[in-house]
Amino acid sequence: MAGPLGNSETEQQAGADTDATPEVLEEQLDILIIGGGMAACGAAYEVVPWIEAAKEQGIELDIKLVDKAALVRSGAVAQGLSSIDAYLGGQDPADYARMVSHALMGITRDDLAYDLGRHLDDSVHLFEAWGLPVVKRPGDEDKTLAEGGAPLRSGHWGIIVHGESLKPIVADAARRALGSERVQEHVCIVKLLADADEPGRIAGAVGFSLREHRVYVYRCKACLLATGGGAGLFRPRAVGEAAGSGWSPGWSAASTYAMAAEVGAELTMMESRVVPIRFKDGYGPVSAWRRRFEATFVNCDGDTFLSTNRAILEAYAPYGQSRVPPPCLRSHLLLQELREGRGPIYMNTVAALGKLAESLTPKEIKQLEAGVWQEFLHACVGQAGVWAGENIEPEKRLAELMPAEPSLLGSDVGCCGLWTSGPEDLGAPTDEDHDDRDRVPSHLPEGWSWGYRGMTTVRGLFTAGDGVGASGHKYAAGSHAEGRIAAKAMVKYCLDHPDLHPTPDTPAAQLAEELYRPMRNHLAHRDQTTDSSINPETITPDMLLLRLQKIMDEYVGGVSTLYQTNGHMLAVAEQKLEVLKQDAHRVRAKDLHELLRCWEHHHRILTAEAHLMHVRFREETRYPGFYYRMDHNRIDEEHWKCFVNSVYDKSSGTWTCFKRAHTDLVDKSKLFKDD
Amino acid sequence: MPTFVRTETCDGCDGRERIACVSICPHDLMALDLDGSATGWAKKAWNREPSQCWACYACVKACPQQAIEFRAAADAVPLGARVQPELGDAFIAWTIEFRNGDQNRFEYPVRTRPADSIEPYAGKAAAKLDRIGQPGFFDQDEPTNPGDPAELIHI
Ligand SMILES: Cc1cc2nc3c(=O)[nH]c(=O)nc-3n(C[C@H](O)[C@H](O)[C@H](O)COP(=O)(O)OP(=O)(O)OC[C@H]3O[C@@H](n4cnc5c(N)ncnc54)[C@H](O)[C@@H]3O)c2cc1C
Ligand code: SF4
Ligand code: SF4
Repeated sequence: MAGPLGNSETEQQAGADTDATPEVLEEQLDILIIGGGMAACGAAYEVVPWIEAAKEQGIELDIKLVDKAALVRSGAVAQGLSSIDAYLGGQDPADYARMVSHALMGITRDDLAYDLGRHLDDSVHLFEAWGLPVVKRPGDEDKTLAEGGAPLRSGHWGIIVHGESLKPIVADAARRALGSERVQEHVCIVKLLADADEPGRIAGAVGFSLREHRVYVYRCKACLLATGGGAGLFRPRAVGEAAGSGWSPGWSAASTYAMAAEVGAELTMMESRVVPIRFKDGYGPVSAWRRRFEATFVNCDGDTFLSTNRAILEAYAPYGQSRVPPPCLRSHLLLQELREGRGPIYMNTVAALGKLAESLTPKEIKQLEAGVWQEFLHACVGQAGVWAGENIEPEKRLAELMPAEPSLLGSDVGCCGLWTSGPEDLGAPTDEDHDDRDRVPSHLPEGWSWGYRGMTTVRGLFTAGDGVGASGHKYAAGSHAEGRIAAKAMVKYCLDHPDLHPTPDTPAAQLAEELYRPMRNHLAHRDQTTDSSINPETITPDMLLLRLQKIMDEYVGGVSTLYQTNGHMLAVAEQKLEVLKQDAHRVRAKDLHELLRCWEHHHRILTAEAHLMHVRFREETRYPGFYYRMDHNRIDEEHWKCFVNSVYDKSSGTWTCFKRAHTDLVDKSKLFKDD
Repeated sequence: MPTFVRTETCDGCDGRERIACVSICPHDLMALDLDGSATGWAKKAWNREPSQCWACYACVKACPQQAIEFRAAADAVPLGARVQPELGDAFIAWTIEFRNGDQNRFEYPVRTRPADSIEPYAGKAAAKLDRIGQPGFFDQDEPTNPGDPAELIHI
């Protein structure tokens, strides 16, 4: 397709393509899927048979999937993975819900976790049928998982796969299911549109092409928002050439949370963040070393502090008392070493390999080693480069560890996201019965289910994967399955509302003008200074990002304060963010690539603000090791064993935080009994 | 951690349906310098925002000319190493060259069936609309792991 410069792939010539008047295209759909990652690909697969079934009854539903990148490698799984981190394989969904709850310090929705647990294995079975090599236990090599083949486990819930091509495989299935004509790539969605008559209902979304000067306005009845998690809100540990190779990929721009908040959807647990322990400077995963080689963490004195300091976790009862402590508490033990000056922290690779050498043949060890390198090469190639550059031979030299900068994720060991409607058959609460019920804004639903599985509190707006809050540990397959669950509910919603024709509350021309404001900022001021990026009237997207990261790092518990903050620091951050939001109106884009960054950073800023507001509201330290409220440095079960939710008011730019009650649907005491 | 493009081997994907690296980068980093004004190399690709590269290697694996390589971030990692893949239909081969000259080679399977051979709905039952409000996916009568109802304390 020819763009303004004759070649849609090559218009990004510096400066040359700046244009303040995009062409506007409008499209009428029934279902719009935003994103092309695991959740969106799952939705694409599941939605088609339901649409076909509707067609049999004479109901035609138009659908489109829109991704800002190319489906084949978009999303957090772009480079691949070496384990599917959640697969039940016959374990009870109640056990899965218990594990999820425990890993996230007791505050998750059992209805969401249980429901996902009973569904998710089917997605793994599909991946295998589509060509994903799944490693089996000896004797079961020729059996698929669906036929009962026993997988090689990584921990209790993960399974080992050769997953370099997982995303191309899953994307291929999604594209074939939908047909290429229903997949639109390289269009970045910037905001969701509410219905003109009913503000609490979705009417569509608007985005722009990364390749030509076009703005797309999609109208729809139902919309799946599945644009992944949030990276780059905090200053990364590396700041130069390595700045973009943080633990989570920079293309996870927190768009899910920000776009949902702006259209009025209720957020939940936005205080939750993920600070994983990784190999230093490359963020390489540590689980193969821990689980397959039984390597331990040691401090500068060689002390294996995870076990010798275990008593510290007694202060975090009951969470610290289980056999496997939650991930944040593991980080907590490591941070204690760093705070008290006993770094560097290492993975004791030498001892682990030495011990193995006693019982295994050199050939067997080589095989194990290939497995460990594979974990880097297929999930974090950068780490292989770091070890190669530093000549790290793990049998001779210990490898250094470091906790990462915080990321916001709803599908990993984090539970931030949107408040979504759960299943009706699991005994979830149907009303709000708690002391703070009067503070829940009255337009929001009561209880945990309001009709359509996966629907947010905005009617017709659904989410999945990193978008669904108050649950977690879904990972690649769980996100795929959750996208499928939502897809089915979206079709039901469309069938139940045949006469619904939402109309966006803002005219298309006005939206186009708004999206292209950074382009106009650039055109208006670029000729005033010899270097257009240093201009008194505008700010470049790069500087906008760096300012955000500086604020979040220094005041909201980033790496520079060892994840510590307090109410006063948060108040300063709030002021600074408010001013940053004002300056964001003056961000400039000199081309479409910069326009992409402008809007990604807009999403980051709003999500960062949500995180800040939630951290401020929750007056306790629920996730020691991931962050510390130093003014409330303890877990307060009595007052804070509850969800913290919020809504954003776009017109005033303000947040309202409130509590919702937490209830167990499965018995958690089992976690603390010896098995 | 940036990718770089070899001037000798990049042919700008001239004549191909799409410019592989530009199309595939999930972060919109790879660009083609149409007239050479950005790099001095007309019709060749470059990484226009190297500090934002995640080292996902999608472009490296996709380049039909094997023109893209990767250098670890110079602000964090010593020079002299190289990690390069070759992605085939069923296997991927990795060569790791250490700074001290040591080398490792690994090969792993990536697919058990050819790309482009997936038939997503082969052998699957059609969706039954009367089950649309029930748990389970379109071809199932109940979910894969229905679970023990006794575990649910409010049921
Ligand atoms: C570093 C890391 C390592 C992981 N390793 C593993 C592992 O080893 N095993 C495992 O099972 N799981 C792993 N996971 C978890 C897994 O990757 C996620 O659970 C899963 O990808 C979430 O799916 P999603 O669809 O919500 O988001 P993603 O898969 O990230 O997809 C987001 C999609 O939205 C698109 N998008 C974003 N913004 C926009 C926009 N504005 N407009 C249009 N499109 C947009 C993106 O291009 C992408 O297609 C890992 C996650 C991370 C971050
Ligand atoms: S894919 Fe390779 S050959 Fe094609 S433009 Fe990019 S670097 Fe050049
Ligand atoms: S390695 Fe990944 S992020 Fe870096 S330029 Fe290539 S495709 Fe883009």
